[in-house]
Amino acid sequence: MSYQVPKFRHPSLKANDLGYTKADYEGSISTLCAGCGHDSISGAIVRACHELSIEPHKVAKLSGIGCSSKTPTYFLGQSHGFNSVHGRMPSVATGAALANRELLYLGVSGDGDTASIGMGQFVHAARRNLNMVYIVMNNGCYGLTKGQDSATADEGSASKKGDPNPWDAIDLCSTALHMGASFVGRSFSGDKEQLVPLIKAAMVHRGFAFIDVISPCVTFNNNAKSTKSYEFVRDHAQATGTVDFVPLHKEITTDYGPGHRHEVTLHDGSAIHLYKMDESLNPFDRRSASNVLEDHRDKGNILTGLIYLDEDSRDLHDVMQTSQRPLNALEEPDLCPGNKVLMSINASLR
Amino acid sequence: MKTLEAVNDFVIKFANVNGTGSASANNLFAKALFRMGIPVSPKNIFPSNIQGLPTWYEVRVNDQGYLGRRGGVDIAVSVNPQSMAQDIQELEPGGYFIYDNTKPLDLRLLRDDVCILGIPLTSICNEQYDDPRQRQLFKNVIYVGALAALLDMDFKVLTGLVEDQFKGKEKLVLPNIHALELGHQWAKANLNCPIGIRVEKSDRVGDKILLDGNTALGLGAIYGGATVAAWYPITPSTSVVDAFETYAKRMRIDAGTGRRNYAIVQAEDELAAIGVAIGAAWNGARSFTATSGPGVSLMSEFLGLAYFAEIPTVLFNVQRAGPSTGMPTRTQQADVLACAYASHGDTKQVLLFPSTPGECFDFAALAFDLAERLQTPIIVMSDLDLGMNDNMSPPLQWDDERKYDRGKVMTAEQLEEGVEFGRYLDVDGDAICYRTYPGTHPTRGAFFTRGTSRDEYAVYTERGEAYERNMLRLLRKWETINEHVPAPQVYDCGRDTDSAVIYYGTSEESSKEALDYLVADDIAMNAMRIRAFPFNDEVKAFIERHERVFVIEQNRDAQLRTLLMAEFELGPDKLKSVLCFDGTPISARNIRKQIKKHLNGSNVTPLHRRTALGGSGESA
Repeated sequence: MSYQVPKFRHPSLKANDLGYTKADYEGSISTLCAGCGHDSISGAIVRACHELSIEPHKVAKLSGIGCSSKTPTYFLGQSHGFNSVHGRMPSVATGAALANRELLYLGVSGDGDTASIGMGQFVHAARRNLNMVYIVMNNGCYGLTKGQDSATADEGSASKKGDPNPWDAIDLCSTALHMGASFVGRSFSGDKEQLVPLIKAAMVHRGFAFIDVISPCVTFNNNAKSTKSYEFVRDHAQATGTVDFVPLHKEITTDYGPGHRHEVTLHDGSAIHLYKMDESLNPFDRRSASNVLEDHRDKGNILTGLIYLDEDSRDLHDVMQTSQRPLNALEEPDLCPGNKVLMSINASLR
Repeated sequence: MKTLEAVNDFVIKFANVNGTGSASANNLFAKALFRMGIPVSPKNIFPSNIQGLPTWYEVRVNDQGYLGRRGGVDIAVSVNPQSMAQDIQELEPGGYFIYDNTKPLDLRLLRDDVCILGIPLTSICNEQYDDPRQRQLFKNVIYVGALAALLDMDFKVLTGLVEDQFKGKEKLVLPNIHALELGHQWAKANLNCPIGIRVEKSDRVGDKILLDGNTALGLGAIYGGATVAAWYPITPSTSVVDAFETYAKRMRIDAGTGRRNYAIVQAEDELAAIGVAIGAAWNGARSFTATSGPGVSLMSEFLGLAYFAEIPTVLFNVQRAGPSTGMPTRTQQADVLACAYASHGDTKQVLLFPSTPGECFDFAALAFDLAERLQTPIIVMSDLDLGMNDNMSPPLQWDDERKYDRGKVMTAEQLEEGVEFGRYLDVDGDAICYRTYPGTHPTRGAFFTRGTSRDEYAVYTERGEAYERNMLRLLRKWETINEHVPAPQVYDCGRDTDSAVIYYGTSEESSKEALDYLVADDIAMNAMRIRAFPFNDEVKAFIERHERVFVIEQNRDAQLRTLLMAEFELGPDKLKSVLCFDGTPISARNIRKQIKKHLNGSNVTPLHRRTALGGSGESA
């Protein structure tokens, strides 16, 4: 069931440039378990969209099947949504993005939906550098079917009722990186200060922007032996640095810790400021990103933050040279060559 | 020995090795006859292989305009030792066996009731050409030249065709004409030309064109306004998207910017291919995918989603012989049931059955209108025979006055005015509801598309009543669909009869010919060609009007018959099956034989008792 959120809001809620308050970006009340990490991610998406002053109806939310894929109901109630079939969100998003290049495509998936049944579609969407934000709400287990290990569960990690997982985990950031994603980040549902700017940067990036968000499953996978529990992730998260998103070059004063500052201008003229904590990472170099990911993995750390960014990426529309006018806006005169042309085709077939 | 004698009425079959360029030479032969005004029906019977296996090319030549397979072979052109034994066996008594006699014929293969004509193709080539590839390619052109002499073809038509074919590559014209002449002159000098079977200029082609169904589908998609195509390579449907791309490059480039008014995605698999098509259609672009058997199996989950969530989806299914990988390069009509009820749960899918390239073009364009009007998948059921062979067809036509039917889409203005919007709310009573494109209005008209149950406003619900209401509305929508799909075509034999045949798709030509044979045997039957599922009420009335109805189809399990029985709740007695599922197109002789076998056991009385007519001999 979906429940509507009460419309009443505190009058002092801040409006953004479009005059929308955060409430205008919310959806129905979540039916996920109390304390589910996914709800925090939904909240971060709401905040990111509000702060970026994105028109809610210019976003298309797409998902597959699973707990994570239910979340698009819980944010952006004025956006069209598409809860497709298990593991197949990337293809639906590809078609949708081809039809209208002017919307923002926000895909939400889970670790089962992406790393198992949908692995093929995930890597091919990355390879095509489809212009979308692809968020995986990664809890290492299958929540809706009561807690089976997923392919991102770490070796040795055990869910509430399960034995230690004997298989090595698939690292989705590594996978996205190697398959051609032009933006790769990782965060933790419990760290909004990191997650919100990361989502904002992903939304402004043109190309395939992937964010793996560790999001503990409070019901089945938040126990002591799990490496996807709140406690474990808090203890083992190692940030690449801090990310500060600056819309359209409006400088804001920030108070970040020490480290090297790097400014990156994104496609629409906005910028992200990276404050690097890990000097070995060059996030503009795929090889460096890959190495640092592996290093942290070897140490048992979870590397979070912006891991890789290709500022000059060419997205699917660039490569395919599709019309600047959205394909769904083309009309008969643009599309149908008419009978005269057909008569000459007939003549060539005699 | 009496050899066959005929003018403009014969079956010639070429036996080649695949990958040697034979198909284009054989096509040259068929097209030359077509240009002489003689109806032809070429069929490429090829292996699932790139090089080295036996391949055949059968051309039916018939002045009366019978275009289906007749059955039997009158002239065999044998250029492949691997299949020689089979090729000579297949010949009708009195037929002609033309072979490469550079190597002597195995005496064990000899038949004394056929005319054997040897042409030293290999040795002519070896004398003329040094390059092994040229030897291989021109061997084919040389036998076409020889056939021109043997059959008394207009040599100028052949050379004209070569000139047309290599327009822009003039360097290739002379060598090809030279090869034609080599064969022509050798035959004239060494064989009795013409043989008993020959051709004459005719006027039976009219304004018809020679085109394969897949090209027609691709072109229909261009005219129908498709902008997004997604596919995964699979024989025999690959050339649908190839054709779409060829024409899109010509006709869909924006003149001002040079950018493309189309997008083609070669997907990672068929699951993704149909997902892309569905995503694009959901977002208001006309889109399609094309596939064959195994692809349909993979797509069926998404077909269920598109049925249930009511997303316009166009799927071209060029059927091949299944199950599983089956015979991937052979034809069948064996996906009827898999498509009609594609996907788990209660589903029904709309099928269109074209039988000519002209109809492929029409139905392809129509499919986009129907998909958007009816908000459901439309599956165009072609097959390998129609899709990959050049078929004679009425010319393609487009009415410039025609407007795309984009179906029920609520606009920003309507939403602004406050028109009530419920994605699954049946406001017009036809069970088809309004949809909105994403991004239409800032505060109204957004909804959540899902494969789960929901209410009229697209809100998730597990309430049984709401689910049932929706499923019943989809059934009512099926009635609306029935009013929109192409009606069947009825052929009244003009006599009082209680027997009839039903056929669809590529069984049409052979069925019509078989009915003519049967009339000659004094058995008259009415006929109906089904062009769509759901079946029109007219189909039911037609079946009810007759005592027995033969359902002619190209699969083992009589799938259309099963569908008719299921949909009309008919008993099994009335509908009789006439089937062919060996992977080759059904032949007229085969149909006639099966129908007569049925009738012999029944109490049908011929309308006029008289002695059997001669002519159309029986061998299949």
